[in-house]
Amino acid sequence: MEMPAPDASILAKKPRVVARLAEALPAGAVISDPTETRVYECDGLTAYKCPPLAAVLPSTTEEVAAVLKICHEEGVPVVPRGSGTSLAGGALPTADSVILGVARMNEVLEVDYDNRFIRVQTGRTNLSVTGAVEEDDFFYAPDPSSQLACAIAGNIAMNSGGAHCLKYGVTTNNLMGVRMVTMAGEIVEIGGAHLDAGGLDLLGVICGSEGQLGVVTEATLRILRKPEGARPVLMGYDSAEVAGQVVSDIIKAGVLPVAIEFMDRPCIRATDDFSGAGYPDCEALLIVEVEGSDAEITEQLGVINQIARGHNPVELREAKDADEAARIWLGRKAAFGAMGQINDYMCLDGTIPVSELPYVLRRTEELSKEYGLDVANVFHAGDGNMHPLILFDANKEGDLETCEALGAEILKLCVEVGGCLTGEHGVGVEKRDLMGAQYSDADMEAQMRVKDVFDPDWLLNPAKVFPLAVTASRRDFAA
Amino acid sequence: MLTPETEADLAEAVCAATGPLRIIGGGTRPIGKPVAGEVLSAAGLSGVSLYEPGALTLVVQAGTPFAEVEAVLAAEGQRLPFEPMDHRALLGTSGAPTIGGVVAANVSGPRRVQGGACRDYLIGVRFVDGTGAVVKNGGRVMKNVTGYDLVKLMAGSWGSLGVLSEVSFKVLAAPGAEASLVARGLSAEQGVAALSAGLGSPFDVSGAAHLDARSSDEARTQVRIEGLAGSVAYRAGRLAELLPGFEVVEGAQSAALWQEVRDVTPFAGRDGAVWRISVKPSDGPLLAGLGEAIFDWGGGLVWLLVPEEGDCGAAAIRARVAELGGHATLVRASEAARAAVAVFPPEPAPVAALTAGLRAKFDPRGILNPGIMG
Ligand SMILES: Cc1cc2nc3c(=O)[nH]c(=O)nc-3n(C[C@H](O)[C@H](O)[C@H](O)COP(=O)(O)OP(=O)(O)OC[C@H]3O[C@@H](n4cnc5c(N)ncnc54)[C@H](O)[C@@H]3O)c2cc1C
Repeated sequence: MEMPAPDASILAKKPRVVARLAEALPAGAVISDPTETRVYECDGLTAYKCPPLAAVLPSTTEEVAAVLKICHEEGVPVVPRGSGTSLAGGALPTADSVILGVARMNEVLEVDYDNRFIRVQTGRTNLSVTGAVEEDDFFYAPDPSSQLACAIAGNIAMNSGGAHCLKYGVTTNNLMGVRMVTMAGEIVEIGGAHLDAGGLDLLGVICGSEGQLGVVTEATLRILRKPEGARPVLMGYDSAEVAGQVVSDIIKAGVLPVAIEFMDRPCIRATDDFSGAGYPDCEALLIVEVEGSDAEITEQLGVINQIARGHNPVELREAKDADEAARIWLGRKAAFGAMGQINDYMCLDGTIPVSELPYVLRRTEELSKEYGLDVANVFHAGDGNMHPLILFDANKEGDLETCEALGAEILKLCVEVGGCLTGEHGVGVEKRDLMGAQYSDADMEAQMRVKDVFDPDWLLNPAKVFPLAVTASRRDFAA
Repeated sequence: MLTPETEADLAEAVCAATGPLRIIGGGTRPIGKPVAGEVLSAAGLSGVSLYEPGALTLVVQAGTPFAEVEAVLAAEGQRLPFEPMDHRALLGTSGAPTIGGVVAANVSGPRRVQGGACRDYLIGVRFVDGTGAVVKNGGRVMKNVTGYDLVKLMAGSWGSLGVLSEVSFKVLAAPGAEASLVARGLSAEQGVAALSAGLGSPFDVSGAAHLDARSSDEARTQVRIEGLAGSVAYRAGRLAELLPGFEVVEGAQSAALWQEVRDVTPFAGRDGAVWRISVKPSDGPLLAGLGEAIFDWGGGLVWLLVPEEGDCGAAAIRARVAELGGHATLVRASEAARAAVAVFPPEPAPVAALTAGLRAKFDPRGILNPGIMG
């Protein structure tokens, strides 16, 4: 992975840029000492690191606007940052960039149960949005596994998903409005407590734009009343084909589970050793969760279990109480941690049509053998969002490169069968150079035109999403 | 009239155009500023490209009649969950609505309040931009964050950024049962408060509307639930406890109540201009004084019937909506009135600049439905 060489003229004027920023912000909001800027040298994709020129931590939208105006005038690139949990390198700095972190902006601004929304500053973590309303039995639906740490800012930028989005949708389906500052320092309000756009759906394109169109400082989010209850059922099958068929049959049957999670044998084994969840040793394991009152859950599980039984499960285990439910989820929730214990891993998130599941798993296994690195699969099966974990050893010469090459092959495979490179993590720098596998030059050109409008000088998070060669003329022109 | 039958023909037609194009699907939704130009019909681009019921995905050519899409899905017990309105009765038009028209107008019915709008179920588009280039975005899978989401941008862009050639959706199984709880004689405030109680309950309400007394023989407030039969019966019972005075109506009787709201039939065939206004649900009743009102989306979507005189109430309605936050579109009025009044909501300067910038990029010659969203 390559990043553009830092602009020497920007490095040279660091003292002036830092002084101007310090003047515009309260004391302690500008970080420029190289020992301290290292905190911001990477995000969740730790393979790539580069400390920024400086980092700023504004507390208000107006301060964000002041920072952006200065950087705009100085021609300094800005990389917005929420909590830095991106797995795609979305918040990775360049040496000539200023990190603009919204972590200090974490207030709840308004809660309105009658109209079912909450307005927050975007530095607030995902889980604490639900935390602000759960005493009153409401919740914010999108639930990335990183929800304890990740911020709404990053969720909006990446259009993050979670285990429960089969029923409730991803971030974009739950986002009603934003307050955003453009690179030129102009504050715009898009959407609000009402539904849908009156004109062009700018909110729709801002969500998922990976911090390249503006810095989002406030968000209006849809909140929902909690269901009366939820219950998972666990099923084990002897082949991925059959498990795939079960998934199809369930979603066709008119019951919409909130989650359908899938784990393959390597993943089952690794997590079970780690968590002691007591999973059956089989080729494919499904966890299906439904919601409602007890009676409703029983009705839905009746339909689901009948389908499951029809395909000869190795095991079919319904949770009878909260303890058993927790045990069913235990291994799934520990999956990433378990993998991290055994090895370094890279987590991909290509999406495929559900019908291609067996083929993609088979082909992944072949590729895994070819490249000599193990791959474990755990993913959101209801919507085809794979999460192949490639295990490698960061201390071993060349292993990271092999891992990246294998990852690229797997993602291309996802595209080939009609899917996409990333279902929820975003492109960032990680998948940037693969964009051409999914999109033609004209397709990318259409997307880049949107950036041309919002950020004509290409200063906001410029080296991400599109292959560097494709954006070179725009970035050079701007510089 | 230009009637391309393939995407390549469509691209060629746009490329070769020397003046403005007026883009139509079935021509059943003449909404927006009147556009002068050569008619370009997308109706020739028709047919299902791919349907995988087990993956909940449907890909269709943009000119496919909506009725055909519904029939294909119904054969597998599925549907488009966003319940798009049929504008023919309200607007007095005829012809066959196309799926591309539904997308271009982001048409979303009562179920929007629960499951989302057309834009939320749209997972992929192919279109021809104003330069004649073919562009695809999104695809056929439900989760996709690869690159920018132009899919959402295209939904509701009324043909002004590109001519859609193909659209993909996430579809869902049609539920086995439905029921509604209905009350009569409530005021708009009381009605919307009841809707809010229903929507704020754990009972997964999929429709929440109030028709004021002038629109229905007596004011009518209705809340819908859908799902497995046992679950519907259970939730109907619980909602009846929560909403005293509401009676349960089931099956086809319930469905008829929602078709009326979806298609705004109480305003069909009657004189007057019709506004479609989106506000915070509890603000809906504050607009009731401005005309005869039908409230959908728990009160947040207000259909207003006003006399078709002067500016059709634009100044008063827009001033009120500006105070409250939201937007108002003049959906039905004579061509002359639509030419004179801003049909779509005027945007604040910084947003208007972004919108104008996008149009200039996607349609640099200004030939795709020019001015339609003015
Ligand atoms: C263990 C683990 C599990 C995860 N599980 C999931 C999962 O289940 N689902 C999922 O979708 N993701 C998951 N992720 C990925 C990650 O958590 C999400 O992408 C998350 O939304 C990032 O949020 P953040 O606040 O950490 O953003 P950051 O990492 O700080 O930034 C992410 C992107 O957002 C941009 N950005 C940040 N703030 C702003 C702003 N104010 N305005 C504009 N742009 C901004 C950045 O420039 C960057 O491009 C996981 C990550 C980890 C480490």
